[in-house]
Amino acid sequence: MNIATLTIDQVREGLKKRAFSAVELTREALEFAQAENPKTNAYLHFSSERALEAAARVDEGIARGEDIGPLGGVPIAVKDVIVTKGVRTTCGSKLLAEYVPPYDATAVIRLEEAGGILIGKTNCDEFAMGSSNESSAFGPVRNPVAPDRVPGGSSGGSAAAVAQGTAVVALGSDTGGSIRQPASFCGVVGVTPTYGRVSRYGLTAFASSLDHVGPFARNVKDAAALLRVLAGRDPLDSTSAFAPVPDYPVDMDGGVEGMKIGLPREYFKDLPSETGDLILRGVETLKQLGCEVRDISLPHTAYAVGCYYIICTAEASSNLARYDGVRYTVRTPGDTLIDMYRNTRGAGFGLECKRRIMLGTYVLSAGYYDAYYLKAQKVRTLITRDFADAFERVDAIAAPVSPSPAFRLGEKTDDPMEMYLSDIYTLTGSLAGIPCMSVPCGKTVEGLPVGMQLMTRHFGEADMFRLAGAYEKASSFFA
Amino acid sequence: MSSSTLVLPPPEVVAKYEPVIGLEVHVQLATQTKIFCGCPTSFGAPPNTNVCPVCLGLPGALPVLSRQSVEMAIRAALALNCQVRPVSRFARKNYFYPDLPKGYQISQYDQPVAENGSVEIVVDGNAKRIGITRVHMEDDAGKSIHEGFRDSDRYTYVDLNRCGTPLIEIVSEPDMRSSEEAHAFLTELKHLLQWVEVSTCDMEKGHLRCDANVSVRRHGAPQFGTKAEVKNLNSFRFLKMALDYEIARQIALIESGGSVEQETRLFNPDTGETAGMRSKEHAHDYRYFPEPDLAPLRISQDWLSRVESEMPELPNRRRERFLAEYGIREYDVQVLTSTRALSDYYEEAASKSRDPKAAGNWVMGDLMGALKSEGKEISESPVSAANLAELVDLIASGEISGRLAKEIFQKMFATGESARAIIDREGLRQVSDTGVLDRMVDEVIANHPKQVDQYKGGKTTVLGFLIGQVMKASKGQANPGAVNELLRKKLS
Repeated sequence: MNIATLTIDQVREGLKKRAFSAVELTREALEFAQAENPKTNAYLHFSSERALEAAARVDEGIARGEDIGPLGGVPIAVKDVIVTKGVRTTCGSKLLAEYVPPYDATAVIRLEEAGGILIGKTNCDEFAMGSSNESSAFGPVRNPVAPDRVPGGSSGGSAAAVAQGTAVVALGSDTGGSIRQPASFCGVVGVTPTYGRVSRYGLTAFASSLDHVGPFARNVKDAAALLRVLAGRDPLDSTSAFAPVPDYPVDMDGGVEGMKIGLPREYFKDLPSETGDLILRGVETLKQLGCEVRDISLPHTAYAVGCYYIICTAEASSNLARYDGVRYTVRTPGDTLIDMYRNTRGAGFGLECKRRIMLGTYVLSAGYYDAYYLKAQKVRTLITRDFADAFERVDAIAAPVSPSPAFRLGEKTDDPMEMYLSDIYTLTGSLAGIPCMSVPCGKTVEGLPVGMQLMTRHFGEADMFRLAGAYEKASSFFA
Repeated sequence: MSSSTLVLPPPEVVAKYEPVIGLEVHVQLATQTKIFCGCPTSFGAPPNTNVCPVCLGLPGALPVLSRQSVEMAIRAALALNCQVRPVSRFARKNYFYPDLPKGYQISQYDQPVAENGSVEIVVDGNAKRIGITRVHMEDDAGKSIHEGFRDSDRYTYVDLNRCGTPLIEIVSEPDMRSSEEAHAFLTELKHLLQWVEVSTCDMEKGHLRCDANVSVRRHGAPQFGTKAEVKNLNSFRFLKMALDYEIARQIALIESGGSVEQETRLFNPDTGETAGMRSKEHAHDYRYFPEPDLAPLRISQDWLSRVESEMPELPNRRRERFLAEYGIREYDVQVLTSTRALSDYYEEAASKSRDPKAAGNWVMGDLMGALKSEGKEISESPVSAANLAELVDLIASGEISGRLAKEIFQKMFATGESARAIIDREGLRQVSDTGVLDRMVDEVIANHPKQVDQYKGGKTTVLGFLIGQVMKASKGQANPGAVNELLRKKLS
């Protein structure tokens, strides 16, 4: 058994055949992850005790002859913005450095109920705000493919954990590209489901109307299997959808012949040639699979960055208000209440969070609301309509994930605008709330992975997985 | 008392001005659970025990709107003649405070659950309609405790039990023109909300809290003056005190050549005065925006109709009906509809008895008197409405006299038994048997020759005395009507 390349099916097979026990696998996974961690800083903490207890339960189930569950014994890493009962959840922030939540996120409950093993919590940009993982209060994550480069963000730790093989699959969160962009940078599969497909209960809020929980995996089928477990209505999340959940991994096998794929011309106009060539080669493969490729237009794409950074900062300014020094153990005292607030938040939040809190506070201020927030909501509606129009003509959209492959650590930290633009192709899908994913489509001459983005209509995940699965099979780049 | 610098303007100066008052009233809904989670709303639990991740605002927790809260808000809205919006929306009201763990309150802003209502008040016999601008739903904050701990000089303690308790805020139009009208409005509001059982309106527990917007203008002036918002009016007495003070303060200010500032003022019950709290420049910017964690609240016609069908008859409608159906006086109707429970009681007694008017007198007289002296509510009355109706009917049918009825009522009140049971047990039947009465009347005539002579001499008022003698002889069991008739016959 090579733990670094295990798939969900291999884990389940191994357990069923008694090639190894869940406790043995978990122990090995924990040891491997802890040994590898200094190279990447992908994990912030490990949940060894909880993992071994869960593994023992899986083994007991096997001994009783029970079904081991779709994720039975599978070592899983969870982004540290998703709360875990009794396991520290820092959100990559000094302000929650000591915070141990008293409850589990719905996503965590579901993956454990499916037999999954939570082995540790992964590093991320502070409160999921960033595109490089460099805004974490606990140091950046290094890209396992190229250690001098960023893994992308904000779910950089989860992408790196899956890429380096210390977890079979991982949970991330995506607000404007935080799953797809690191998946692209690290050469793994990353899925942002339809908004409302996976419960947000227990996902620490950054921008509530844009936040998603989604899977990372080394192959499409594993991502589909994990989403199958996570998806579905949760009475604790009023925005979670009632729509039935298809059996994604099983539905993947249907063909893609005749599927109509749209290439949004706005996404290829200014795309650097190396990334563009890789994406177009991927599109070529889709053609060979029998897909019909069409030129389409998403005319409001140019407004996505402005729209996104108004809505997400507005919501963030409100969501982050609760970290005020009154609770969560971290406090910087002051002579007055206001001073205590100022000192705590001044010392506790990193630059990126402060920048977004200030932007968001500004755009919601009296007299500015109509010009910024309200306008941005209208633009969001237009962007959503762009996609709805496009999906009248095509079944799926293929696009780049990011303009460039993984950049160097420190390369963009002084230029937030440049950093924001690295999400330019992922923001639109987030704003529209449609399912999107990144699937590896090759490497640059420097050997850096590049992902191709696939998008489908709301709740069209099954189509998306079918397309991605067929592509993955046909693609010679995939090991 | 404070060293106030306010010189109260003389009445003739005050009379030149017209106060303009609008109220904002926060009402705690009488739900079992909080508005966005399943925690109980019970009062008096140990600090920070009625809490969960949702009402504590823990990272990742999300609100889920309670159906019962919405239905209570709808009931309140209907009682206030409001239009319930088919779609309303929650919004975040952002501000920092230690007892506000999310850093925002979930409220409603541009699309409240209901709007455009009215309440009728009566002041000095004049009816007046006070407009209701809106009713919106929101969650309550926790409680900061600044006193009572050993280290209260250095620390404030926070109890989050109240966090997430469902509230409605009722905003009136600036339709009130005196502190008396404001008092009457709040009284009627409380009456209505208790009537439809959406709140206990217990002011001591903070279930009803009131702020006022106050301005003054010269009579006939086309525009309102600059208003001040006065907070902390948490009893009917304080409301009136604060308004009277604030009105006088504003008039004095204008009379002395100054002008009223738009500001928030706090009423101090110890001094009876209002004091500036924050100016317009320092007013909070709450940065409202739609709450992304909650879908818009859609209230279908079906849902609305169902809630409406479960509503009790409203007091105004009931008053009109009582007047028409039971033929009781306007004043009596007011008394009998002063609470829902009392009017329900009366309704049952009146509808079951042959004499609704007499039933009303019994309720307002003997029953309320007896309840009052025992410190009991109508809901605790030992005499059921049906039993009272029976008592009324026994009088109406002549089976017992009014005097005997009063005795029986005392026994009913003491034991909870029916009049019939008491009569049967104690043999207290009214004597209508003419044979028995005949004998008694003859005896009384024989024993009182002087009075008989007086009667025959034209002093007919003496008949009352003779009737009384017969009643006495019968131990109250004689039918006074029959005695009267018999005496007249025998003496004529």
